[in-house]
Amino acid sequence: MQLLLEQLINGLTIGSFYALIALGYSMVYGVLKLINFAHGDFFTMGSYIGYTMLVFGIAAATAQFGPWTGMMVALVVSALGIALVGILVERSAYRPVYRAGRLPAVVSALGASIFLQNTIMVIWGPRYQAYPAELIPAMRFQFGQISITLLQVIILALSFILMAALYTIVQKTAFGSAVRATAHDRNTAALMGINFNRVILFIFTLGPALGAMAGVMVGMYYRQISFTMGWNYGLKAFTATILGGIGNLPGAMFGGLILGVLEMLGAAYISAAWKDVFVFLILILVLIFRPTGLFGEKTAEKV
Amino acid sequence: MGNGKSAGLSKLFTTTPWYVPVLFSALVVIYPFFATDYFIDIAFFFGIYALLGLSLNIVLGEVGLFDLGHAGFYAIGAYVTAILNTRYQIPILALLPVSALAAGLFAYLVCSPIIHLKGDYLCIVTIGMGEIVRLALINNPFDLTGGPNGVFGVDFPKLSPNLVIDSSIEYYFLVWAVVGLSILGLISLQHSRIGRAWNCIREDTVAAGATGINVRHYKLLAFVLGAGLAGVAGNIYASKLMCVSPESFTFWESCLMFCIVLIGGMGSIPGVLIGAAFISLFPEIFRPFAMYRMLVFGSVMIVMMMVRPGGFWPRKRGGVAFRSLLEDTGNGNA
Repeated sequence: MQLLLEQLINGLTIGSFYALIALGYSMVYGVLKLINFAHGDFFTMGSYIGYTMLVFGIAAATAQFGPWTGMMVALVVSALGIALVGILVERSAYRPVYRAGRLPAVVSALGASIFLQNTIMVIWGPRYQAYPAELIPAMRFQFGQISITLLQVIILALSFILMAALYTIVQKTAFGSAVRATAHDRNTAALMGINFNRVILFIFTLGPALGAMAGVMVGMYYRQISFTMGWNYGLKAFTATILGGIGNLPGAMFGGLILGVLEMLGAAYISAAWKDVFVFLILILVLIFRPTGLFGEKTAEKV
Repeated sequence: MGNGKSAGLSKLFTTTPWYVPVLFSALVVIYPFFATDYFIDIAFFFGIYALLGLSLNIVLGEVGLFDLGHAGFYAIGAYVTAILNTRYQIPILALLPVSALAAGLFAYLVCSPIIHLKGDYLCIVTIGMGEIVRLALINNPFDLTGGPNGVFGVDFPKLSPNLVIDSSIEYYFLVWAVVGLSILGLISLQHSRIGRAWNCIREDTVAAGATGINVRHYKLLAFVLGAGLAGVAGNIYASKLMCVSPESFTFWESCLMFCIVLIGGMGSIPGVLIGAAFISLFPEIFRPFAMYRMLVFGSVMIVMMMVRPGGFWPRKRGGVAFRSLLEDTGNGNA
């Protein structure tokens, strides 16, 4: 029981990373029907920008205002920086190939991914980098038999706040309904006066920014980052997106959380070495029986 | 340009000027006599990527199924060769058909339950399948695959006891002979009933089903043939490197194959060769640029898609071409 609960908490922590990254995949896919392979590298680059901020920039700020300021500054700067990178990548790599269709955009996305990954390698070097230790007090909360670290509490809280905020923007505001309308039917949405380019701008700032913040949190949680880690996290997050039903934002969030929990439970009860196999098997089984994902809507086939 | 009155090989010349295959074959034959071993090895890997591109082209180019786990089939071929050769000393060339059959059978078994999935859902399932293969190889099931280190000591292919393929130039001719045979086979396949059924499914699956094409059967056939050819590539690769390890069969490798087909032009055999040349030769030619070469590589991929979105050498075929796949990104549940 204790193991189960602790693995659940660990799973939710990792799952919230996947969920934050998955939101970016899902938004881009919803509007453009494009699998944005560069998204995992937005995440990595965000992690590295956060690293640079924490190592070089914020020692003074931390000494002055306490550890929280340092972390917040790292998160905000990396989110803003990556939002900018997201827009640049969209302008230079994706926009010129939209008209040509879906498959050229996939190659373009892979090209952008290679470009970003190697940019990171050129700037920060090919070796692993370590996040500074003791960014926040190493406190533990004890609930009966299970314990949870302060860092996990912060990560969970922050992720859930971010997800709730995004959900509110997309579901409750007028601009959010414009985004949803575009995802549903781009041409009709354009006829209703929705500016397609502004919707694109929106998804390519928010998606990468969420990914970047997940990157900083991963850095703080595992303390070790590498320039190739985006592939692994990107693949998992993309899996989460599909698991939840692609293009469906709550689906992406729950898909991410479920994936994280499954991974940790698989590691605890089956075998740590086979946990990823377990995750992919679950994914394949879900898709065999529910071909549009757990929360995906059934779409009638157009003839 | 002929009129292509007779079926089969002569059809090739309706879309490709006759001198292109002739010149290319001549170049392939003459090249190793003027190149150093290093450049022959580069051309060998060009051949391996050409085989892989051709094999994925069956699934992605001819039928339009998104397969991003093709490295899994490649791995099955390579590991079957390596394990059977090192444990039971079965000759490499005898294992060539065995690898193809094993990869094909594997494709049949894993694709049967998932073949009804569409577009991106099929894509993620094949990614998952490829990753499961790689992770399983790392975890060393039944002590067969040697874990992360892989299997060592794969033999040279022997044509006869005295005729052993062990130098760069011999490997080069082996792989390009296989590429040549595969191309001949694929061209006649393209112009057969099977090829037309595949293209029909790619252009409009529902209409294909309505005209009596057994969609499920033909999709599976494409996966099995594609996997079999990838298995052949795995066999040659394993004996050339003399060892196999899981890191040769990552998701990245599947992405490269995907790019080969799309950069060259879907369903186009000359296109696949150009795509394979780009993927295998570019990083070697730009080696002096060291850590910047992959930056350039990524940007060139993007620019290529801006300039020639249909691929470098798209397949020309009548009026209909890739309608469903190249349509506007706006709506549609393709």
